[in-house]
Amino acid sequence: MSGGSYYVPASSKWPVLASLALGTMMVGTGTLLVFGMGGLPVMVIGLLAVLGVMTLWFRDVIHESRSGLYDAQMDRSFRWGMGWFIFSEVMFFAAFFGTLFYVRTFALPWLDGEGAKGVAALLWPDFTASWPLLEPPGEAVKGPHETFSPWQLPLVNTLILVSSSITLTVAHEALKEGYRDTARHWLGGTVLLGLCFITIQGFEYHEAYTHYGITLQAGIYGATFFLMTGFHGLHVIIGTLILIAILGRVLRGHFTRDDHFAFEAAAWYWHFVDVVWIGLFTFVYVF
Amino acid sequence: MASHLPPKSSTQHSQPASAGVASQAHEAPKGLKRWLLTTNHKEIGTLYLVLSLTMFFVGGLFAMVIRAELFQPGLQLVEPEFFNQMTTMHGLIMIFGAVMPAFVGLANWMVPLQIGAPDMALPRLNNFSFWLLPVAFTLLLSTFFMPGGAPNFGWTSYAPLSTTYSPPSTTFFILSLHMAGISSILGAINIIATILNLRTPGMRLMDMPLFVWTWLITAFLLIAVMPVLAGVITMMLLDINFGTSFFSAAGGGDPVLFQHLFWFFGHPEVYIMILPAFGIVSVIIPTFARKPLFGYASMVYATASIAILSFLVWSHHMFTVGLPLVAELFFMYSTMLIAVPTGVKVFNWVTTLFRGSITFEPPMLFALAFVVLFTIGGFSGLMLAISPADFQYHDTYFVVAHFHYVLVPGAVFAIMAGVYYWLPKWTGHYPNLRLSQWHFWLSVIGVNLTFFPMHFAGLAGMPRRIPDYALQFADFNMVTSLGAFLFGLSQLLFVLVVVLCVRGGEKAPAKAWEGGEDLEWTVPSPAPLHTFETPPDFQPRRH
Repeated sequence: MSGGSYYVPASSKWPVLASLALGTMMVGTGTLLVFGMGGLPVMVIGLLAVLGVMTLWFRDVIHESRSGLYDAQMDRSFRWGMGWFIFSEVMFFAAFFGTLFYVRTFALPWLDGEGAKGVAALLWPDFTASWPLLEPPGEAVKGPHETFSPWQLPLVNTLILVSSSITLTVAHEALKEGYRDTARHWLGGTVLLGLCFITIQGFEYHEAYTHYGITLQAGIYGATFFLMTGFHGLHVIIGTLILIAILGRVLRGHFTRDDHFAFEAAAWYWHFVDVVWIGLFTFVYVF
Repeated sequence: MASHLPPKSSTQHSQPASAGVASQAHEAPKGLKRWLLTTNHKEIGTLYLVLSLTMFFVGGLFAMVIRAELFQPGLQLVEPEFFNQMTTMHGLIMIFGAVMPAFVGLANWMVPLQIGAPDMALPRLNNFSFWLLPVAFTLLLSTFFMPGGAPNFGWTSYAPLSTTYSPPSTTFFILSLHMAGISSILGAINIIATILNLRTPGMRLMDMPLFVWTWLITAFLLIAVMPVLAGVITMMLLDINFGTSFFSAAGGGDPVLFQHLFWFFGHPEVYIMILPAFGIVSVIIPTFARKPLFGYASMVYATASIAILSFLVWSHHMFTVGLPLVAELFFMYSTMLIAVPTGVKVFNWVTTLFRGSITFEPPMLFALAFVVLFTIGGFSGLMLAISPADFQYHDTYFVVAHFHYVLVPGAVFAIMAGVYYWLPKWTGHYPNLRLSQWHFWLSVIGVNLTFFPMHFAGLAGMPRRIPDYALQFADFNMVTSLGAFLFGLSQLLFVLVVVLCVRGGEKAPAKAWEGGEDLEWTVPSPAPLHTFETPPDFQPRRH
């Protein structure tokens, strides 16, 4: 509980600028999607502004932290904050897993005439439900001609991501024991593994489009595939950026053996992204 | 220990400078910059409340257009397309722009004051949460000026109306809703961190005022379901712009999937808009009955039960969509279960009143009206929960009557009760008694004239979301429209009361209400910009 030293920051220009930057990005994105290429520069400027403001905002926070303004109670606020933020991310992915299970368990069998919901089956009497869905019911929708074997690149990526969680934990343990060099190396290794994952995923997307016919437009299989792996990939990219920032701070000698919540928060996030991948590997690729 | 807080004004430099960077004496910015850059929970709370009041009138204006068109049968004032935009935007603005920000504003002001915290746990994030909203709503309202007009598919945005057949502005609507969603999630994280971490020493969870408890649970609901909304509208965005087929059966998707995902968000969202109202009423009734709340612990457990059940009832919005029988039954019974904890709450409010020394100040008037009128909305909810009966009520004005009873004399009355209750703390003045009473009675009459006849129109079969109707509904609709105009105009009185109260009025002492026992009544009225810089002493009350 409070000893009366809880740090309340003075007024700051970053929040309102962040909001304007995000608004700019949204206006740009909407314009790009609805009205055409004119929105692209606005979107890019907005995105860069978001990243810029976040960097400056975090710089203030890091500065305050290093100046000793934060007490144990503030540390708990950050922990609750990060923990609940990750919970919100869990629910975001839960919506997508729910979608996948709903489509596979209910929507497709019903289209095939199963159960008491035969009406849906009248639309496309010849439709046969299967997963992965290679032949969507509508004639206008061209399904994929083949799907990935989970035991090739997806398995490699699973091993990479699981290893990266291990290397990150080794780095964390090293930091806690005060072996800063060891921490640096293992953290650097984690970043490299993250980059490998992103590269392989990019390669897989290329394969999907060129060889397998798995596209966003290829019916519900392609849609769920890209939705789930795409948002996961985005989170790996964000996680890798966070780890790079943390690596930069370790290289500058930030963090002590028992005061390094930023490191821990990044690790929590990374492990979360890892766990999501296990779910994806299981339900998107294997089963 | 010395505080790191910036001095309030140039005349108050007396705080000793503590070690290190902390002592840099920040000059608080003046004028517009003060509001743009603030990290103070009271200023941010005020910003939220002002935004909410503004949006209440924007959404109210849309409602007036709807009621003017429906005053008589036949098409008179607006095109059907524009009418659809009005119903859609009325819902969106009232939910995301008026009710939710009002509760967040009240939480910003009162949660730190009620738990003895110096501010919110993450003050800059708090400011970010607020300033996302004006940007989001500017973007949302700008859709009126786009080709094809604003979203016209109802706030529930059912596919394929919201995808295949939607106006081009739908993409902007999705993006603005993303911003409002980020604001809600970050705001909720802040409130949870504040409640869990910044309570004054000695205040256990079961000592917290119920407003704080209900907000803790509401914040959990927000963090759990706003991301689901973000997910489902993202899938809409992809269906519209990238040719995916999540909600299109031709590609193997399912439009009903949209409804499942939407209502998995949407039902807890309903409780997000009512649980803080329960909290407000649960602190006001004991104050003016001059008795401790009856059944404090059962109130907490009932709130938690409602929150948990809210995840298990979503398909009662979809009884007629073609669910398997087992789903109809499950969602019917689970929905009825919610009546149990809700009944516990109503019982406790009434029992708190029993043999109390009751006085009827404006906050109490609104709180009592809440108990009666919200209960009416609860009962019509029970009727709707009966799946076979719902086949008759579905998409009629009966549904409109039901959810307006829980949202207007429910949520909105509770917000107004809260504003009247805490205005003395915010401004240092009591609101003008006579004007407040006029506002209350006109609102009560207006609200019932508006929404009660809708029950009959709905039971007789009048569908919702139509600009014209069969002649036999004419009388009900005229009464409803007259009531709506009365209610709308009476809210100008509310603005007058608030403005007058800010500018002057009878001075309020620290303990503005005789029966007020929570920590906010120990700080001066008006509350100084910074309170509880050192945690206050707290003696748990016996509940």
